[in-house]
Amino acid sequence: MRPYFDTRGRPWLIWVGFALIGLALALLPFALTQVGTTWVRITNYAILYIILALGLNIVVGFAGLLDLGYIAFYAVGAYVYALLASPQFGLHLPFWVILPIGAAVAALFGVMLGAPTLKLRGDYLAIVTLGFGEIIRIFLNNLSRPVNITNGPQGITGIDPFTFGAFRFDTPIKYYYLLLAVALAIIVINLRLQNSRIGRAWEAIREDETAARAMGIDTRNLKLLAFAMGASFGGIAGGMFSAIQAFISPESFVLVESIMVISMVVLGGMGNVWGVILGALLLSFVPEILRWTVTPVQEALFGRMIIEPEVIRMLLFGLALVLVMLYRPAGLLPSAVRKRELEERAA
Amino acid sequence: MDTFLQQLVNGLTAGSVYAVVALGYTMVYGIIQLINFAHGEVVMIGAMVAFTMINLLVPSGLPPVAIVLIGAGCAVPVCMLVGYGMERLAYRPLRHAPRLAPLITAIGVSIILQHLALMIWSRNILAFPQIIPSRTYFIGGAAITTVQIAILAICLTLMASLAILVYRTPLGTAMRATAQNAHVAGLMGIDVNRVIAITFVIGAGLGAVAGVLFGTYYGLAQYTMGSVLGLKAFSAAVLGGIGNIPGAMLGGVLLGLVEALGAGYIGDFTDVCQWGVPLQACEGGGHFILFGSNYQDVFAFIVLILVLVFRPQGLLGERVGDRA
Repeated sequence: MRPYFDTRGRPWLIWVGFALIGLALALLPFALTQVGTTWVRITNYAILYIILALGLNIVVGFAGLLDLGYIAFYAVGAYVYALLASPQFGLHLPFWVILPIGAAVAALFGVMLGAPTLKLRGDYLAIVTLGFGEIIRIFLNNLSRPVNITNGPQGITGIDPFTFGAFRFDTPIKYYYLLLAVALAIIVINLRLQNSRIGRAWEAIREDETAARAMGIDTRNLKLLAFAMGASFGGIAGGMFSAIQAFISPESFVLVESIMVISMVVLGGMGNVWGVILGALLLSFVPEILRWTVTPVQEALFGRMIIEPEVIRMLLFGLALVLVMLYRPAGLLPSAVRKRELEERAA
Repeated sequence: MDTFLQQLVNGLTAGSVYAVVALGYTMVYGIIQLINFAHGEVVMIGAMVAFTMINLLVPSGLPPVAIVLIGAGCAVPVCMLVGYGMERLAYRPLRHAPRLAPLITAIGVSIILQHLALMIWSRNILAFPQIIPSRTYFIGGAAITTVQIAILAICLTLMASLAILVYRTPLGTAMRATAQNAHVAGLMGIDVNRVIAITFVIGAGLGAVAGVLFGTYYGLAQYTMGSVLGLKAFSAAVLGGIGNIPGAMLGGVLLGLVEALGAGYIGDFTDVCQWGVPLQACEGGGHFILFGSNYQDVFAFIVLILVLVFRPQGLLGERVGDRA
């Protein structure tokens, strides 16, 4: 293996590698359409989950703050887009105006949640964020009276797709490229953050907050920054989700979704960008593959469907969370620092 | 005034159920500083098992009270087993791991329990059989039913017996010793693992009873009922001071009251018309209510956030050092 992938002395090999990966990613949707257009859509959702998981990774992986209500920021972004680009209020702003607004509003919510709660110990923070997620959902469900803002449980329909001049994003393949571009941008941001001054400060806070403060790190502002950045990624993903679906309702933003994103981060490896991407891909595709295989297998074995694929999916999530924590606490692709932390203290 | 008394009665009933669930959180937290996320699901399983037993026994013609008692009698051991199982498999191996680890397994356990329940009892809202003949009494304009009286009585008995267990028996002494310092308690000959397991089992048993009471009171059960109920009970435990047993009781009752009174009055308080805002809807004594009683579930979370921000140790808790 080594001689082929050893790039020392041959730096151009890296670029060849990038070009090959880029080509593969560019051609992927055409290969997928051969299998079925649904798979392009599934891939799109997988990329959305990568964006979400990377956003949460900033909060959980880098800064070490367990946020169980992350989906609330996704919901905020989705509703901001839906309200500003749908017949609900008759507004049809272009997406490049709304997405930054959505990201900003989500970041604002992140700071609003973070400011009063960041003094709390980790496990309290987890519960408060969980409660926050529920509050947002309750409001989305009920803000249809006396003034109809969110249209309650029925949700908002007829949301505009992204348009750029005369170019409309109206097929899954067009969204695929857009999502890919956003995901790549966010991956780059994540990678650059990790080894930046801010990233190192987060790491210090995660390992020992008191020591970090003693070293002159402004722990409160940096934790708030983590919350705001994570939230804004969630907001962007939410806006894109809204446009792709053309329909959103509070149903899409339940606690289970938060837990799914958390599972991706934990399973893949908290703090490691590639691990989180792997986790997001695994947890998006495995359930789909299950959906396509479990039903026929059960029908062949028992003559009817006994366990719904959806239930199996959730059972697997739960099991994955428990087993990963018991046997591989740093995740499938652990970040070196995280691994040392989690295993050292476990010993 | 009638609304006030009525909401007081309703709040006390719901609050005493919260208190019993909150005891499960607080006991476990007191002893190993773990938020047992899956406790709400234990309560749900208690309600579900009782639901099945009661439905099985209704045609038998036994007296209704006996049926409910048998239902609860089956739910308690099942939940105790679940409680023991999760301590053993998901929490004990991680006792010395970083705090995040057992919290994440707790979420995992909670998802697993919820979806096992979904497989067994379907995703429908199950109508809990209302077999206990309910009579309504009136106290100064407020109605109180036999079921509410029974729930209050049962919860008080449970809390009293738990208090006796914890403060008056050798086992209770062992529990308190383990809570103070598990290592030293071990040196004094206390089997720490056993005491922790027993704490989980007792908490789960209490949760089972609370589940049955909740089911009989509200008349329904669903596989998702555990998460919101659990979150509210946890808020109650934090309000009282987590780890503190009398605190959990006080917190539960207070939370029930806040919720009932809040839901009863929020509509009146947020009626824009009474502020003299000239709106079309207000003409002729109309109302323009910003937030109605459908926001009931928000109160628990608001209480939780307020307590954590302004008095993190809770009403009766001692100040603990900041362990970030």
